[in-house]
Amino acid sequence: MNWHVIAQSLIFGIFVGGLYGLAAVGLSLVFGVMKMLNVAHGELLMLGGYVTFWFFSLYHVDPFLSLIPSAFVLFLLGMVLYKGLFSPLARLQEEVKIKNSMLVGFGLSLIFQNLAIRLWTADERSVSVFYSGWGFSLFGLRFPFIRLAGLVLASIAIFALHQFLTRTYFGKAIRATTENWESAALMGVNIEKTSTVSFAIGATLAAMAGTIVSVGYAIHPAMGLEWTLKALIVVVLAGLGNVGGAFAAGLLLGVVESVSTLFVGPYMEVVGLVIFLLVLELKPQGLFGKGTGG
Amino acid sequence: MLASRKALFPGMVFAVIFALVPLFTKRNDIINLLVLIFLYITLAQSWNILAGYTGQVSLGHAAFFGLGAIATRFLWVWGAPLLLAFPAGGIVAVIFALIIGHPALRLKGIYFAIGTLALAQILKITVGNVLPTVADLPANYVATYNLVPRYYLCLILAIIVVAVVSLLSRSKVGLGMMAVREDEEAAKAAGINIFRQKTVAFGISSFFAGLAGGAFAFYQVSYYHDLPFSPIWTFDALLITFVGGVGTVVGPIIGAFFYVVFQELFLRTFPQLHVFVFGVLFILVILLLPGGLVEMAARIRSLIAARTSGLGPHADSLN
Repeated sequence: MNWHVIAQSLIFGIFVGGLYGLAAVGLSLVFGVMKMLNVAHGELLMLGGYVTFWFFSLYHVDPFLSLIPSAFVLFLLGMVLYKGLFSPLARLQEEVKIKNSMLVGFGLSLIFQNLAIRLWTADERSVSVFYSGWGFSLFGLRFPFIRLAGLVLASIAIFALHQFLTRTYFGKAIRATTENWESAALMGVNIEKTSTVSFAIGATLAAMAGTIVSVGYAIHPAMGLEWTLKALIVVVLAGLGNVGGAFAAGLLLGVVESVSTLFVGPYMEVVGLVIFLLVLELKPQGLFGKGTGG
Repeated sequence: MLASRKALFPGMVFAVIFALVPLFTKRNDIINLLVLIFLYITLAQSWNILAGYTGQVSLGHAAFFGLGAIATRFLWVWGAPLLLAFPAGGIVAVIFALIIGHPALRLKGIYFAIGTLALAQILKITVGNVLPTVADLPANYVATYNLVPRYYLCLILAIIVVAVVSLLSRSKVGLGMMAVREDEEAAKAAGINIFRQKTVAFGISSFFAGLAGGAFAFYQVSYYHDLPFSPIWTFDALLITFVGGVGTVVGPIIGAFFYVVFQELFLRTFPQLHVFVFGVLFILVILLLPGGLVEMAARIRSLIAARTSGLGPHADSLN
């Protein structure tokens, strides 16, 4: 095995890792703000991918354009889901809230999976655009355009989220709620509104990830669990609720998985899961955590 | 306490009725349906011991089901008598539970849930890679395949697990489990060894999940080796238990019954619709009716009782 092969898998690992990061940031934001674990996050990602697939196959809209309507649809869906199903849990004691939100999310994931099979059948789908095969080579390493575009988009989305959280008044309210919702409420933050919008943003981020997955990779109704697990691994690596660390942890997971494929082949997913269990056991506040979780 | 004594008689009546079914019908579809119900009762009830009574929501139950299936299947196909191969499934599951018990049970709440999920996925991927083939039965096994012994094995297993849960819920051990579920700190203060209670619950739960897996391996003629490790088994157990009534003896029985009947009803028109229906019911239970169908039945009963006693529908708010 030469350096070339390793470097190439490193690059592909970064591409897919950007998506893991993007998928995880949404989950992490929702957990941070309202202490709810939405395990249907992977299904939201799947739905986002299918919305893009629909736009592409029915109206021939370019997937990088339909990112916008897909994100919008999932934003609305996120608001509806939060208002209807998750907000009734908001007043529960924290431990019960986390557990019950996980269970509601679990029910949702089954429902969405079932709906997706009915709407789009169980087949694997992929948006194949005319520029699918385009790319460039550098030092003999391959850089496909759509994967590169996916990584750039993921980075932009996360940078925009970061700016939103740190530079705007509403972002400040979200961060205040994350730190201590009771004090935030006393300071006049509308917790219900903050939570609804945060949940919707989480769904939007999932939709963006799903769109990119539908172009560079493939989507199918049962993909949700796989992506929820990836997002969970990343979130736990970064520390629950740590939005900034999630992107870095996503890249890390992508690279580790991709490079370990060379050595352990089909067990590459096991590598991620084992790291996940080790972090859970040894450092539950996460690799980049500030010692608050766990 | 009184309730479960009173339930003993109807429970025995049901057991006898089910024991007589193969004598009156030769219809394989009915027998298969009942076998499935018994399997689901066992699996859901075993999950109920850990999650319902002890409060540890595991999302990795399929691991134990799968281990039981693999152990029983191999021993049985290699020529071991069923009396040895079948309990071996449960024992292998318990051994695995004891190995992972210490690190796993240290995790609390959702960390335990996602940790066990990850563990089960690791096993599933590993088994899928090591044994990527279909678990076929040798020709002479297929030739002598008879549904009736499978039926009785699953029936007896379901009866045993229901009896164990029913006894457990009235025993000191069971009370300890429920104390852990309600409030770990308070239970510790009352002198309960939290870790031991959790380990015992984990062990019993895994044992029955393993036996259910063994029964599956004895019943199902051919399946992929990693199928019993699929998270679907965990999810089924969870749905059935919650919709029926988590932390009750009767809940998983009712849940399993409806789950299989719905599955059969929608099989031709809308396959898998039962999962959708149970998903919706499940969310409703979590949000509105934490006691599941069992609680709903109790509420309706008290409503009717209030009506007939002339106090009107709001009688229970009076006393």
